[in-house]
Amino acid sequence: MSAVLPAAAAPAAERSEGVWHAAWRRFRADRVGSASLLVVLAFLLLIAASALGLVASHWQDEVGVPSAPPTFLGPAPPEAAGVIEGPKGPNVDISDIDPLAPRYQEWAERAAKLKTTQAAKRETLPFGGDRFGRDVLSKAIKGTQISVFVGVLAALVATAIGTLLGALSGFIGGKVGDALEWLYNVFESIPGILLIFAFAAVLGRGIGTVVIILGLTGWTGLYRQVRAEFIKHASREYVRAADAIGASSASRMFRHILPNVSHVVLVRMALLVVGFIKAEVILSYLGLGVPVDQVSWGTMLNEAQAELILGQWWQLAAATVFMAVFVTAFSLMADAARDALDPKLRGLE
Amino acid sequence: MTLLSIQDLRVAFRMGKVDGVVQRAEAVKGVSFDIAENRTVALVGESGSGKSVTAMSVLNLLPDNAERSGKILWQGQDLLHMPLSDLQRLRGKEIACVFQDPMQSLNPVFTVGAQLVEPLVKHMGMTKRAALERAEQCLVEVGMPEPRRRLAAHPHELSGGQQQRVMIAMALACEPKLLIADEPTTALDVTIQRQILELIAEVQRKHRMSVLFISHDLGLVGEIADEVLVMRHGILREQGPVAEIFAAPKDAYTKALLACRPSLEGNPARLMVIDDHIAGRAAQAAPKPKDPDAPVVLEVKGLCKSFWIKEGLFRRREFKAVQNVNFQLRRGHTLGVVGESGSGKTTMGLTLLRLHEAATGPLSGEAIFGGKNLLTLSDSERQPMRRRIQVVFQNPYASLNPRFTIGQTLVEPMAIHSIGADTAERESRARALLDKVGLEAKSFGKYPHEFSGGQRQRIAIARALTLSPEVLVLDEAVSALDVSVQAQVLNLLKDLQDELGLAYVFISHDLAVVRFISDEVLVMKDGIVVEQADAQQILAAPREAYTQRLLAAIPRGYRAAA
Repeated sequence: MSAVLPAAAAPAAERSEGVWHAAWRRFRADRVGSASLLVVLAFLLLIAASALGLVASHWQDEVGVPSAPPTFLGPAPPEAAGVIEGPKGPNVDISDIDPLAPRYQEWAERAAKLKTTQAAKRETLPFGGDRFGRDVLSKAIKGTQISVFVGVLAALVATAIGTLLGALSGFIGGKVGDALEWLYNVFESIPGILLIFAFAAVLGRGIGTVVIILGLTGWTGLYRQVRAEFIKHASREYVRAADAIGASSASRMFRHILPNVSHVVLVRMALLVVGFIKAEVILSYLGLGVPVDQVSWGTMLNEAQAELILGQWWQLAAATVFMAVFVTAFSLMADAARDALDPKLRGLE
Repeated sequence: MTLLSIQDLRVAFRMGKVDGVVQRAEAVKGVSFDIAENRTVALVGESGSGKSVTAMSVLNLLPDNAERSGKILWQGQDLLHMPLSDLQRLRGKEIACVFQDPMQSLNPVFTVGAQLVEPLVKHMGMTKRAALERAEQCLVEVGMPEPRRRLAAHPHELSGGQQQRVMIAMALACEPKLLIADEPTTALDVTIQRQILELIAEVQRKHRMSVLFISHDLGLVGEIADEVLVMRHGILREQGPVAEIFAAPKDAYTKALLACRPSLEGNPARLMVIDDHIAGRAAQAAPKPKDPDAPVVLEVKGLCKSFWIKEGLFRRREFKAVQNVNFQLRRGHTLGVVGESGSGKTTMGLTLLRLHEAATGPLSGEAIFGGKNLLTLSDSERQPMRRRIQVVFQNPYASLNPRFTIGQTLVEPMAIHSIGADTAERESRARALLDKVGLEAKSFGKYPHEFSGGQRQRIAIARALTLSPEVLVLDEAVSALDVSVQAQVLNLLKDLQDELGLAYVFISHDLAVVRFISDEVLVMKDGIVVEQADAQQILAAPREAYTQRLLAAIPRGYRAAA
């Protein structure tokens, strides 16, 4: 066979459009998908800016009066009625008979030393303030950073666990598969919220905890789907052909099969991100989520329940609008990604 | 009288918009033909020729994105512009259809009886009881054993041949005037195919109906058709009475189709391919004889493979898939393995490569290859052996990883076995192999979906050759390909064998193909080798009844005497 080797230098291999490129082309052709991708990218930019301290770094400053109402017009002019008129004419000098008169100078000096300057608190804020007078807009931006971070990181953890276990269970099967199925059944048979409470009670509060809790409890759906795909693909001829050329099990699992089921994993992961953002909101709302010195959409909603009774709706509105826009855009993007990636829908090539 | 008249039919499929312009793929480009009463008309062509689209446009069973123009006249009525409700009254009653895969055409959750009764109640206005009786008659008519019991059976309880009989019974239930049979025997074994063909011919005679028979196999339609239409790329290339088409084909494509199929008589060195014919090149001389004393590369003794079948909760039963297979394979020779589905031929091939997990069932016997028994090697000992025995699978659409470029596919095995010093050397070897199997060098960076079936099978062959094997197991390697492409791939395999001294284990259900390529033939049935002999001898003088039956079932095209 060595005789077939030509000495000719190989021309630079030009790769033609691969499945990923084709998927990207189809994605771009989807208008709703492209628009939602732009929205998600805008959010990611905002998060990056917030993480770098470019925006909302002073979210904890109490810039307004407590529960400053939202308006762009500035405070209403003070009401004139009922004000007692001050005395007119010059003050009478009574320092001669005032026994404390010599000490005024000293006190004024001492007072000047202790004096703190306090900026004037604004009566209103464009998007309103919370009960400490913190700007709701800055809070919502900072909250976006933490909520999305938690959602994405937890989804990555859950995807990694689900994919690895699903691949092992589906490809190897047998005793390993049985053991993993039992594990899956245990996790599935406990109601999700109880499982989350149990983990939260053991691990305490904190962003890391929320990520771990959601990651450890959220992998089951992905596991089942990946396992099914691996069972299906393991008997496909291209995998058998890889076996025949001597590819190892790990290579067949992750080099050959995984790219072919990646659309399932990716789309499921996108859905997990959305689900986990909502789960973080619920956890924080219940007081099991992010700590009090930080802010997320969940803590904002938690505070909002007390404010709503007083008719202060703006914190709820800010958190809800941010969350609704991001989650909707992300879901639509995931939907478009599934359509673009699913080989079964491909037929126009 | 003309029953159905198709005039200048054009069918195009809308394929979405690019820059606001609707893209169309034309599948049928102006086809005209008539079907007279009590005639069998065969529509023949390779995949993508538009034959099924033509037939399905008669009853408008096409997907929504199809656009039809021209004229389709059914006894003078224009079917093309008929409202759906009127068309539905025709469907099943006047024009009935039988499709390719009976396992997918029957609804798995309903009994056979329920599915047979439906058209009778709907079109003939029968009561349920009367319809059931008629359904039983229909099953008797299509030669179903124990028809009364079958009425209560579900489709999965029937074999493939029986399911197709049910489909035909369903089509015949309302006594249609025209039966459209779209590749009705392609998914079936040859012996079953023969039965179904005879059945269709018989009911055609009995009911004096017309049949539009769609097939890719010219030999098959030669046996039953009165008229033949040959299609290619959406155009009718030739039409005429069957005798004329077979005796004196006018069109180069028809001639090529007739010639590129391996026949049971005579054994050319190479098969004609369509381009040869169109270019008018002649067939080459007789094959050069092979060295009968070439060294034995693979010797198999008493090979047995069983699978465990679970029964109940804890018990399992042994199913003997392959029993006591013995053969010797010499360098540069080909062993053909023939059998119908379920005969164990594929299991035998995959067992040689140890592609079955040990846990699936016991394995015994010996396969001596290079002085070692392949069946008892440990995993680490097996790795170098894998280089020397390779496999090509049946379905070229499934056997290549869709996410790998052709280059990656070809370089991977070399990287695993450390063939070639570095990636550059491996890539140049891969390019050389692509050239060898007749593909352009620029295929290197392409993905499998950009290739046709025949090209993919060439790539699969190239992948097997990357490891310079001595033995190649070809598991139905040409069965999924069109006849013209099949001829090219068979020629390629012969050339490679001559050049590289490869030994083939050629597994196929197709005796004609096996005869063309093999030196020795094993005939398998239910896991047992029923006959084993020289290729010429087994076809000239088969000893076993089963082999004789297999041979008799092969369609031989039109015979003036027949």
